[in-house]
Amino acid sequence: MIVLSDVLILAAILFSISVAGIFINRKNVIILLMCIELMLLSVNMNFIAFSHFLHDINGQIFVFFILTVAAAESAIGLAILVVLFRNRQTINVDDLDSMKG
Amino acid sequence: MMENMENVYLWIVLSPLAGSIIAGLFGKVIGRRGAHWVAIIGVGISCILSLLAYKYIVFDGGDIYNAAVYTWVVSGNVSFEIGFLIDKLSVTMMAVVSFVSWMIHIYTIGYMHDDPGYQRFFSYISLFTFSMLMLVMSNNFLQLFFGWEAVGLVSYLLIGFWFKRESAIFASLKAFLVNRVGDFGFLLGIAAVLMYFNTLDYATVFSQAPELAGTTITIFEGHAWSLMTVICICLFIGAMGKSAQVPLHVWLPDSMEGPTPISALIHAATMVTAGIFMVARMSPLYEFSETALSFILIIGAVTAFSMGLLGLVQNDIKRVIAYSTLSQLGYMTVALGASAYAAAIFHLVTHAFFKALLFLAAGSVIIVLHHEQDMRKMGGLYKYMPITWLTCLIGSLASIGFPGTSGFFSKDAIIEAVHTSTLPGAEFAYYAVLSCVLITALYSFRLFFLTFHGEERMDKETWQHLHEAPAVVTVPLSVLAIPSLIIGAWLIGPMLFQGYFGDAIYVADKHDVLAEVGQDYHGILGFTAHAFKHPPVYLAFAGVFLAWLFYIRFPQLPGRIANALKPLYQMLVHKYGCDAFNQVVFAGGTRGIGRILWQIGDVRVIDGLIVNGSALTVRWFSGVVRQVQSGYLYHYAFTMIIGLLILLAVFVHKIFQGG
Repeated sequence: MIVLSDVLILAAILFSISVAGIFINRKNVIILLMCIELMLLSVNMNFIAFSHFLHDINGQIFVFFILTVAAAESAIGLAILVVLFRNRQTINVDDLDSMKG
Repeated sequence: MMENMENVYLWIVLSPLAGSIIAGLFGKVIGRRGAHWVAIIGVGISCILSLLAYKYIVFDGGDIYNAAVYTWVVSGNVSFEIGFLIDKLSVTMMAVVSFVSWMIHIYTIGYMHDDPGYQRFFSYISLFTFSMLMLVMSNNFLQLFFGWEAVGLVSYLLIGFWFKRESAIFASLKAFLVNRVGDFGFLLGIAAVLMYFNTLDYATVFSQAPELAGTTITIFEGHAWSLMTVICICLFIGAMGKSAQVPLHVWLPDSMEGPTPISALIHAATMVTAGIFMVARMSPLYEFSETALSFILIIGAVTAFSMGLLGLVQNDIKRVIAYSTLSQLGYMTVALGASAYAAAIFHLVTHAFFKALLFLAAGSVIIVLHHEQDMRKMGGLYKYMPITWLTCLIGSLASIGFPGTSGFFSKDAIIEAVHTSTLPGAEFAYYAVLSCVLITALYSFRLFFLTFHGEERMDKETWQHLHEAPAVVTVPLSVLAIPSLIIGAWLIGPMLFQGYFGDAIYVADKHDVLAEVGQDYHGILGFTAHAFKHPPVYLAFAGVFLAWLFYIRFPQLPGRIANALKPLYQMLVHKYGCDAFNQVVFAGGTRGIGRILWQIGDVRVIDGLIVNGSALTVRWFSGVVRQVQSGYLYHYAFTMIIGLLILLAVFVHKIFQGG
């Protein structure tokens, strides 16, 4: 039988993987975007779990919102990525340091 | 005809102002001839109306006018007004100022003939006439102060008129700064009047003066001073600046850097007498302070004597007359100190004429000799310039007090008044002015003999072109020579002994020396005969004789005396070291303090520590902080996560604590 804590642990693992992906990744901006998606999905997982176990449908409604936002966000993110590549011929994270103080 | 005098008085002041504005702002448009016509007509109107007003007040016994024509500011219960007080004192000054000024306007046409700043010059001197009239016609302290400062400003502009000359700029700045010292005292005096009388109006102040005569004020702990003494001495410090009394006299000889008409108009006849006029005007205040009167007496006596001596060693013709002016101003001040205000004003009037005359005569010589002012390069000019010679002789005779000339009456009256006075210091003052008569005669005739007689020492080029000065120069000379001769005899009776000034001048009974002198007065001839029983006349003759001996009979003698009395001679040549002292102590000291403040206060503290210091601190701090801004996305994300974790930890911790 699956209990609430199992799902929460899974979500936490997913979240940690995505955070680690953001820090450790030095190569590719696309991976960054993927990590952010994964982060949002782990949050969704939490919502669904709580919704299921607490018998409250509102949690699943929030998931829809988050999915929509995530879709829009990745569309924008990819668009920025395309422009970035056109301008600098690279998507290597280490090269993108023009904000350095 | 005299129904509406207010309009007449307004015309008297405003027409020179109009002339000045037109000549100054539209000088290019109206040209040189236009400028001098506008200025001369403006001052001419003023002069004729002043003489009419003089006739109206003095001869026809017209009403004294005392009213405000314009209210500038009302603040609380003090109002600042422009107003006129036209009584016998001010109307006398108006007549003298506008008449001398008018003559000098005409003379200027000749003197400044080739000067590129012709229109500017006319604008300035008309502005001066306006300011001086505002000063003498004022009925309150504020307007007096306005006129006071305005004449000071014009004096500054005119001394530095030839602004390309280094020495002229120096002299104008010096005059301005020395006058500021005096004005500081003057302003304090006016402030004290406002504080204790609550008004600036003359009439109100004078009527309250007896009530406040006993008041004392404490400025320094433990020293209570009479209010009147403080006010009077403060005001007199202003007069010392403007009327060039020791030790604020240093600017007047240097002011001779200005064109000669200015030396005659401003630095001899009118502006420098503003201080004398002011003290006479304030006589209802001064009469309540014997301390102030004694102070004035001593300052005047020192000025008269010491400045006369300096006139003996000068070689610049204008400087000799400048020192003579200082010495004569000293006489007037002595008269003020002895409470003989009428005698001071009387000497002011006669001096205005004969000193303007002397200056213009000197100017005439200077023009003919192509701006040569050194008397060692003159001599024998009487053959070539008879009119200048004659008028200069008249001026010199009046100046030494030759019996019958105007200077004789005024100077003798002063000496007699001082002799009669019982104030502390009067005896010292008497001997100072008495010995000054000899000195005056000596330097006046030294100038006269060196310039007009003896051998001709000018260079050949100049010698071939010697001629009499043009009519615009000689006519004012002649016109001024007449009053220099006769005005003394004409005015002495009424002005000194027959209550001419009426209520305009107040003299306390116990100080009234003129009344005492007047007991022996039986007409002009009697006065003249009486004078021969007293030393001044003989001293004057002795002075002339000595001058003749030294500069005509034995011309080598002065050099030998100078050698024999070398220390004394050197002291006189260096003007008692006053200039050097001021230069080192005051100018040098001020510059030193300025340098210290600049280098420590400004450069180190303000610039170094506060301005640059704060900038440097910010730069150092941001240098540290910018290391954080790596520009890598994952660093920022990491920071965010860490922050989030810390917040979460605090939050969770709180929940568990609370729960």
